[in-house]
Amino acid sequence: MNIVVCVKQVPDTEIRIPVQNGRIVEEEIKQYVVNPYDEFAIEEALRIKERFGEGKVTLITVGPERAREALLTGLAMGADEAIHINDPALEGSDAFATARVLAAAIKKMPYDLILCGKQAVDQDNAQIGIALAELLDLPHVSVVTKLEIAEDKKSAKAEREVEGGKEVIETTLPAVITAQKGLNEPRYPSFKGIRMARQKPYTVWTLADLGLKPEEVAPQTEVVVINPPPERKAGRIIQGDPETAVKELVRLLREEAKVI
Amino acid sequence: MAKHFLVVAEQSEGVLRKVSFEMLGEARRLAGSEGKVEAALLGSGVEPLAEQLAWHGADKVYVADDAALQLYSAEAYTTVLADLVKKIQPDVVFIGATTNGKDLAPRLATRLGVGLASDCTGFSVDGDGKLLITRPIYAGRAIETIKLKSTPQMATLRPNVFPPLEPDTSRKAEVEKIAVNVGPIRAKVVGFLKKEGEEIELTEADIIVSGGRGLGGPEGFEVLRELAKVLKAAVGASRAAVDAGWIDHSHQVGQTGKTVNPKLYIACGISGAAQHLAGMRTSKVIVAINKDPEAPIFKVADYGIVGDLYKIVPLLTKELQEVLRG
Ligand SMILES: Cc1cc2nc3c(=O)[nH]c(=O)nc-3n(C[C@H](O)[C@H](O)[C@H](O)COP(=O)(O)OP(=O)(O)OC[C@H]3O[C@@H](n4cnc5c(N)ncnc54)[C@H](O)[C@@H]3O)c2cc1C
Ligand SMILES: Nc1ncnc2c1ncn2[C@@H]1O[C@H](COP(=O)(O)O)[C@@H](O)[C@H]1O
Repeated sequence: MNIVVCVKQVPDTEIRIPVQNGRIVEEEIKQYVVNPYDEFAIEEALRIKERFGEGKVTLITVGPERAREALLTGLAMGADEAIHINDPALEGSDAFATARVLAAAIKKMPYDLILCGKQAVDQDNAQIGIALAELLDLPHVSVVTKLEIAEDKKSAKAEREVEGGKEVIETTLPAVITAQKGLNEPRYPSFKGIRMARQKPYTVWTLADLGLKPEEVAPQTEVVVINPPPERKAGRIIQGDPETAVKELVRLLREEAKVI
Repeated sequence: MAKHFLVVAEQSEGVLRKVSFEMLGEARRLAGSEGKVEAALLGSGVEPLAEQLAWHGADKVYVADDAALQLYSAEAYTTVLADLVKKIQPDVVFIGATTNGKDLAPRLATRLGVGLASDCTGFSVDGDGKLLITRPIYAGRAIETIKLKSTPQMATLRPNVFPPLEPDTSRKAEVEKIAVNVGPIRAKVVGFLKKEGEEIELTEADIIVSGGRGLGGPEGFEVLRELAKVLKAAVGASRAAVDAGWIDHSHQVGQTGKTVNPKLYIACGISGAAQHLAGMRTSKVIVAINKDPEAPIFKVADYGIVGDLYKIVPLLTKELQEVLRG
């Protein structure tokens, strides 16, 4: 089975996002990680390969030079090869653009299953996996917490978390699956894995290699301004013994905040 | 331009989701008096719901009522809506940022060849007539304002953010049935595992009572559920409580859980880590109950009580029982 996993490198989820003069000061972001949902996607791909005892897991990213680290992490986890689409024309890409670049690249390779994260935790778009499915004319199942590939590898059964419960979906393959937390527990790269990662096939493509012109993948969103989130002022600690404090809290919620 | 809006209403088992009314309210506000607000309603046996969309601001409702649309399917819904959008050519398409709305919108936008703004929390109309769209990025650690170059301008709207209009039952809307021809569907719903006793959806709740590691065990959620019952609230949780296995992940609030926006969020035994705040910091009023006076949650809480939640929460439940009954 040929499994393609889309991976994005994102700023560490712990850091403060440096916002200044209406934009993000990228140079101040020092720590990057593999998008957490993409780790679930990589892990799932590895487990499917292990279960069937055959197959190939190919990682693909669209990103600048630094994104190599994210691919190396995925290779160290056990993926077989990596494709890195790096082109200065892609700076400032949005979901619209990135989905089209990924689709053009994936069309060049064999695939039975495409795994994405449900969302990249930088732009929080939650679009690309689904857009990719449409561009490649494939079915998709999003926010998947359980995935079972049929013995004949021609279909899959997936569970997805929806309001009020879990939906069970059956899809033909190839398909795009977007991974939600709960799908699995991603493994840590082993020492051996880390050592081997740099020896695995690593291909770099530009837009020209994909036969794409920059205007074909021009973003459809224009960023006007970026601001820090509005400050939330600390409120007040209600003093007194528990009985008094609770009575006062209820009074405040009713009379001052008027929320109950 | 932003004069002609198409709001994709969402219903589940014959009940319209709140976000449908919220989107109509926002579309109405943006369209102004001479603008046009239309709604699309998809499902099976859903035509009677059209009048509620009229009460909440729709001038016209396109109804796709067909057995093939009984259960949501991205492929079927995309086909019906893409045909409709091509026919009526709205300036703006609004979809709810619910699980299914987020599943549908990227597919529809891609079929139409346009960009999409996800999970939006604010709109205004710019000098050139285009929408200025506000949305949180980096899990709420920054807020961007963007414009969409393509038409229709498509956006998903975060639930519980936009106020709906007061329903006006004298308002009427024209109803137009639209043809449904969806072709073969490759990804099909074959089952549903309903969660027991979960009446109130977190993302739609007005009040949320949330618990963290400070509960010390699954029994803590029983104490919170008592409080939630009195307040008709949904129950949320921190990742620490979910990872400990005390409650299902569907209750998790935060960066890797749900983003919620209730009127009142009561955090019990939650320290207030950045990733938790990411999911609830836009709540109108935050109450924190924590035994550590230094807990970061107090920095964002409107009201705080320092103390043992096992003491405070039952007292709060009792007090509210008395006050709300009276
Ligand atoms: C990539 C990533 C994503 C994450 N996503 C999320 C997410 O979506 N949601 C989320 O919540 N977290 C998330 N986290 C985890 C987050 O960093 C924190 O670890 C987590 O929120 C802590 O949960 P907590 O507040 O319940 O536990 P703790 O931080 O351990 O806090 C427990 C609190 O309970 C108080 N307490 C203890 N006993 C009592 C008592 N008897 N009465 C009153 N108070 C008491 C303590 O004083 C303490 O403040 C994420 C982390 C990472 C790295
Ligand atoms: N630049 C990128 N390169 C490769 N995959 C990406 C990229 N951006 C997003 N993805 C994939 O698409 C998913 C959803 O991303 P998004 O739509 O940006 O929230 C991510 O979890 C990745 O799997």
